Amino acid sequence: MRLALRELRRSRRRFVPTTGALALLVVLLLMLGGLLDGLYIGSTGALRSQDDELVTFDRSARESTLRSRIEPDTRAAIEAVPGVRGTSGFGIALVGADVPRTDELADAAVMGYEGRVGGVPAPPAPGRAWADRSLEARGVRVGDVLRVGPTRIPLRVIGWVDDTNYLQQGGLWVEPGTWRTVLAESRPGAAVGDDVFQNVWVDVAPGADPARVAAAIDAATGTTRTITRAEAVLALPGIREQNATFTQIIGVTFLVAGLVVALFFALLTLERTPMLGVLKALGASSRQLVGALMTQTVAVTVIAFVTGGVIALGLDRLIPPEVPLVVTPDRAGFVAVGVFVAAVIGGAVSLRRIIRIDPASAIGTGT
Amino acid sequence: MPALVLQNVRKTYPSGDSEIVALDRANLEVPDDQILALVGPSGSGKTTLLSIAGGLLSATEGHVVVGGHHITEYSAKQLTAFRRAEVGFVFQTVNLVPFLTARENVMVAAELAGGAPEKAARARADQLLEELGLAHRAENLPAQLSGGERQRVAIGRALMNEPKLILVDEPTSALDTTLGNQVMALIVGEVKARRTAAIIVTHDTRMTHYADRTVEITDGILAA
Ligand SMILES: Nc1ncnc2c1ncn2[C@@H]1O[C@H](COP(=O)(O)OP(=O)(O)OP(=O)(O)O)[C@@H](O)[C@H]1O
Ligand SMILES: [Mg+2]
Repeated sequence: MRLALRELRRSRRRFVPTTGALALLVVLLLMLGGLLDGLYIGSTGALRSQDDELVTFDRSARESTLRSRIEPDTRAAIEAVPGVRGTSGFGIALVGADVPRTDELADAAVMGYEGRVGGVPAPPAPGRAWADRSLEARGVRVGDVLRVGPTRIPLRVIGWVDDTNYLQQGGLWVEPGTWRTVLAESRPGAAVGDDVFQNVWVDVAPGADPARVAAAIDAATGTTRTITRAEAVLALPGIREQNATFTQIIGVTFLVAGLVVALFFALLTLERTPMLGVLKALGASSRQLVGALMTQTVAVTVIAFVTGGVIALGLDRLIPPEVPLVVTPDRAGFVAVGVFVAAVIGGAVSLRRIIRIDPASAIGTGT
Repeated sequence: MPALVLQNVRKTYPSGDSEIVALDRANLEVPDDQILALVGPSGSGKTTLLSIAGGLLSATEGHVVVGGHHITEYSAKQLTAFRRAEVGFVFQTVNLVPFLTARENVMVAAELAGGAPEKAARARADQLLEELGLAHRAENLPAQLSGGERQRVAIGRALMNEPKLILVDEPTSALDTTLGNQVMALIVGEVKARRTAAIIVTHDTRMTHYADRTVEITDGILAA
């Protein structure tokens, strides 16, 4: 309704505090969501970029890649299970990496793989690595020789890959032998023999049911636990807790946004009840007046979202690269829809009051 | 067709165990070009009668016909449309929309009706403001107008949709006598020029010489 927008424009000042508060809540929501997404992306990339649907752990490792060991005979048993088309070995060593031209150690996850990792080319020659692009912010350049682990094993960076980090450590993708050397040097107690991996990723034959294949693998070996990629991601340390904590804070923030809108429009409606009575007496329907309220609610929300979004983008540039903040279009969409729903529900709180305003109140009789 | 017919109209308000009779078996007919002054002491039922005639209040008993509309049988929704199209109100307290200019306040009813195209509505509003001596104040907000000017804007608002019946509730009480006289003369002039019916409520008998006919009301009972 045009009347509603005209009020918004002419009485701008009274809408500013609420719009401002809502904009700040949008900033908070984008930052919280961005942190959650950043933490999630930075923790799980190495697993999410795997091509294969299933991953096998040693049962005693309780779904931790670093604790798990898969011996060659176990791997052979897995490959013999019907529905398994092939396997690829995988292992991780968490190390500090000495970056040329800097004094700092960059946190790195050296990953030994045999292929079948989307976005990462075939394993390079020994002593060479594909590096995750996030390491660029730590001063790494293509062609650099990084020195990893306590014995400073040299690894030459030959190119970038994206979204492959593990527990916030920058991914360095190497062939299995190089990984075994790094693991043995950095954690001698955890050293593994030739052909031993921490995990085996399982390529399920087309048409086979992954759940059945997983159960069949564990039955055949007797010593393994096979889960899906999605389950492995959720089994990473802290991921579930992170999700639960952030989801709760974000939920409460949406609630606060709804309350801010509800309170503002409730007070506004209370204050202009006499005027609304006059408009009803002049022939405004309750539907028109409710429509006006909703128009204003939506307008305030849109302005707050745009303002908050611009502020959040500005902050994103100021925040140092070690803070894992990633604002994705999906997250922005989620915040937009969430704030919109909260505001509409908040605005709707005043609906009943508007409907119940008696047109007779305009002329001095009635209630 | 008469502008207003009241047949045995009763309005009571519950008050504890008993009831207050605000209007008692009122019978009244207002021809379509008559200006009727309704006078009576405070609490006698003037506003109640006006509210019932304008479809703001529903009668407890009796029958109300406004310009052929049997509004006693109307739903709340029908009454809203009826008020928008058929009656013009001037309220006791001027209640203009604070964030709209004088011209926009006059046009507010047209805007609610969603009928007249913007351009025609604007021309008509400007003509009304001109007649009311407010042409130079068209762009001003209510806060920038004097009491008398606001009252005149309210008159323009009541006339905007060319209603068949104009209901004016004690417009002069907030103004001093000279100003009150001017406003009253203005209303009468405008109503006469349009050959519309009007009921003008007042408790000031000096105002009645503006009217074609005067009806007195005491304790909810009409006396011709
Ligand atoms: N909503 C209500 N509830 C109860 N009684 C009411 C209500 N509205 C009006 N009355 C009573 O009905 C009677 C008539 O009221 P009304 O407002 O019509 O008087 P009035 O003639 O307009 O008075 P005034 O000149 O003071 O404006 C009064 O006794 C009043 O107290
Ligand atoms: Mg009264």
